Amino acid sequence: MLARVRDWLDQRFGWAELIAPLKKKTVPVHRFSYWYFLGGITLFLFFIQVGTGILLLLYYRASANEAFESVQYIMTQVQFGWLVRSIHSWAANLMILSAFLHMFSVLFLRAYRKPRELTWVSGMVLLALALGFGFSGYLLPWNTLAFFATKVGTEVAGQIPLVGRWLVIFLRGGEEVTGATLTRFFGFHVALLPGITTIFLALHLLLVQRFGISVPPSIEKEWQTPGGGAREIRFFPNFLLRELMAWYVALGVLGVLAALLPWELGTKADPFAPAPAGIKPEWYFMFMFQTLKIIPAKIGFLDGELLGVLFFAAAGLLWVLLPFFDSEGRGRAQRWILGAGIFALTYIAGMTAYAYLVK
Amino acid sequence: MRQFDELGARERCTAVSLITKGRRPTFGREIFFSCLAVLAFLLVSGARAQTKNTCLDCHSVLDPPLGVKAEQFAQDIHAQKGLTCVSCHGGDPATEDPVQAMSRSAGFRGKINRSQIPGFCSRCHSDGSYMRQFNPSLRTDQYAQYLTSVHGKRLARGDTKVAVCTDCHGVHDLRPARDARSRVHALNIAETCSRCHASAEYMKGYSIPTDQFASYSASVHHDALVVRGDLSAPTCTTCHGNHGAAPPGVASVEFVCSRCHVFQAQLFDQSPHKAVFAAMGLPACVTCHSNHRILRPTDAMIGTAKESVCLNCHSTGDPGFVAAEEIHRQLISLEEALVRADQVLNRAESSGMEVSQARLDQGQARDALTKARVTIHAFQVPRVAEDISAGLKVAEQTHQAGVKALAERDYRRRGLAVSLITILVVLIGLRLYIRRLEASKPTP
Amino acid sequence: MNSPGPLEIPAASAAPRRRFVELLLGGGLLASVVSFFYPLVRYLIPPPAVDLGSDTVVAGRVGELKRNTGKIFRFGSRPGLLILTAEGNYRALSGTCTHLDCTVQYRGDLHEIWCACHNGLYDLNGRNISGPPPRPLEAYDVHIRGDEIVVNRRRGA
Repeated sequence: MLARVRDWLDQRFGWAELIAPLKKKTVPVHRFSYWYFLGGITLFLFFIQVGTGILLLLYYRASANEAFESVQYIMTQVQFGWLVRSIHSWAANLMILSAFLHMFSVLFLRAYRKPRELTWVSGMVLLALALGFGFSGYLLPWNTLAFFATKVGTEVAGQIPLVGRWLVIFLRGGEEVTGATLTRFFGFHVALLPGITTIFLALHLLLVQRFGISVPPSIEKEWQTPGGGAREIRFFPNFLLRELMAWYVALGVLGVLAALLPWELGTKADPFAPAPAGIKPEWYFMFMFQTLKIIPAKIGFLDGELLGVLFFAAAGLLWVLLPFFDSEGRGRAQRWILGAGIFALTYIAGMTAYAYLVK
Repeated sequence: MRQFDELGARERCTAVSLITKGRRPTFGREIFFSCLAVLAFLLVSGARAQTKNTCLDCHSVLDPPLGVKAEQFAQDIHAQKGLTCVSCHGGDPATEDPVQAMSRSAGFRGKINRSQIPGFCSRCHSDGSYMRQFNPSLRTDQYAQYLTSVHGKRLARGDTKVAVCTDCHGVHDLRPARDARSRVHALNIAETCSRCHASAEYMKGYSIPTDQFASYSASVHHDALVVRGDLSAPTCTTCHGNHGAAPPGVASVEFVCSRCHVFQAQLFDQSPHKAVFAAMGLPACVTCHSNHRILRPTDAMIGTAKESVCLNCHSTGDPGFVAAEEIHRQLISLEEALVRADQVLNRAESSGMEVSQARLDQGQARDALTKARVTIHAFQVPRVAEDISAGLKVAEQTHQAGVKALAERDYRRRGLAVSLITILVVLIGLRLYIRRLEASKPTP
Repeated sequence: MNSPGPLEIPAASAAPRRRFVELLLGGGLLASVVSFFYPLVRYLIPPPAVDLGSDTVVAGRVGELKRNTGKIFRFGSRPGLLILTAEGNYRALSGTCTHLDCTVQYRGDLHEIWCACHNGLYDLNGRNISGPPPRPLEAYDVHIRGDEIVVNRRRGA
């Protein structure tokens, strides 16, 4: 039966020719192979987001007067609405976590080296887009925590010199966070960001396809020694089946989280109420938030917060350009990058933990 | 030594100042500096003064009791309306000569005698056509009321320790009652009264207690007024009257309380207590709730436990005792039902279930309890039972809603278990399948 | 590559074992897919309950109320009071007393809104006319749409 379908497709689209490269694709097998799953998991979670997001779109209303009530409606009245919404919220966090882990694993396994520099750059763009998704999506339930977290977050954007003020007005749709901000963020979240993400995701996957899966230099060296044979498995079906296992585990985790730790509703945002104590952004912004909090108000004659923002901007830029510093063979650049990677990981993890432990 | 008449104007000013300090008037440095001060003040205020008011020239630099600071007097409502020193004290404000200014021929009255103050103020304040110029809606019967008050009656008998107008209102910095800094503003009245009434020493010789302010400060009325800022809450004058201040009599206490607590008074009138209290000469509300130290009432106040007020009169077995016991039981039953329902709803909410509708309905059950706590003033079990049973019905419904929410939570967890099992089966299946796939074809 | 694809059966494997694994996998996949699609399908079917808008709400149906009576309806997360006056006009106001938050009710004998807790009274425009309430009740707009009585918040400052 399947053969008949294959023939039908082949006669019209040259199916066999199209999927030939896919059939040839292989995945290296070594002690670090498990890290290869992270990219696929991130992609899977993205698909989950798109799916649950579309479902939420059927009931959600993006106006300040109705947003909170529509989410409440989804949580209480819509059949399994609680499940769809909780999965969407949890998968968002898991996707960003997995994206960060994927990035760090690529860094430490040195998969960004030539010729894969643009894969790294497109990946960084995707990470930024994911953070954008997180930031814009967080506001949509229009509850108190989200409202004030958005207020603080957009205010930090205003610290950027020259474009800061215009950026804040662009993000907020005005001077303050209002219903206009909600509508705008909704537009970002369901149209603008998905559109741009599709382009970069396609590019990223295409590049991965084109260059194949990278092998870490240490493993490469091992394989070059006599007797140390290179091992690989076929992507289709072997690796894909394993990937499917990972995806099912992810589904199980999502189900447990959604049923046992459902995402809370909060209280409806009141722009005129004073900000409650302990406003903080989502965990993936915490390290930046905490850094800005502990920077002294003035360093020399420069404004502390401005310096913090500039530091992160500079660090981000350098991070994106990382592959271009590491031409192969030069041990020093590699060690610098390794050091920077370890520092970044420890800093982010440490700052995030610090932010939560110190009230 | 020169005579007073021989002194120049400013020298007289200084002389008087020194005399009131109890010193011999000698000239020298003091004169130089105090007159320098006077000069400076005159220079500064010279441009301001349109109509001459030489009274303040000297009196603004004198020490109390003769001193009146110019800034102080500028706040005075009388001054703002255009009245000055001479409007009350008489005299000639235009001349700089103190003797001439404060002469009888110029109409100088000096300090008004305490016992004459109320009559003196009423010269204007009881004159309707005069007061209409300044504030048409201001009352003009304060003096008439004062004469009916305890203060007024005692003053007429010669007791000058009692309060007169200036004791409460102030004199040279008199502010209208609606001004928050006024001593007779709602928030400040209790303190003003307590200046005399809370001083055991001052009140020695009078037969009334001095603990009213302390008791009032512990009361819910004080809490509402001063802490919560509700200006409609009662203070001393609300129940005792302000100008006609006198304690309400035993028979009239209920009328006073019922001005705000209408329901409770109406119910009390229908209750068996009304006739009994009247016969026994007991003040209606005060007997159970106290007059000044009115604390937040609790359910323990009614009933047969030792904190209850019912036991003050009722004894075991009499009809009142039985009724009190039943009423208490009813109140507690609704209270407990509410707590039970809240507990279930809390459990449901903390496990992630949404119970906002039930919480909303719970408000109605709480309303019923509030109503019941008012209805007890009828002291009849059936009336209380009516409100309580309505509340119990709602509490039962919200409890059920909470139980349903918990059942829904369990349903979700069972669903989760099912899907986890299917996922586990798939994982095992995949593992076996992969192994089989690669067993037949050894991985390179 | 000439390794067997997923559908080709290596000759060496035992048939029942292979069948068991395939059954397990196929059955598991099917069951898991059903357990995902069951909630999905239920989700897509709109629920019968009215929506919880806090701005506009269907407070009732025409004919539900008799003249000179009122009823409490849910408006967002607070109660609202819908009244059909003796003259036949609909009025909708906030149902929460401005004194201590008890739920008010319409009194047909007084033609006024009354709070049972402490005897507060409001007129049909929501103005507090007697008793402890310090502020009026917020009034809402009422429109008849077909046989639905639609209440919405007034657009204010």
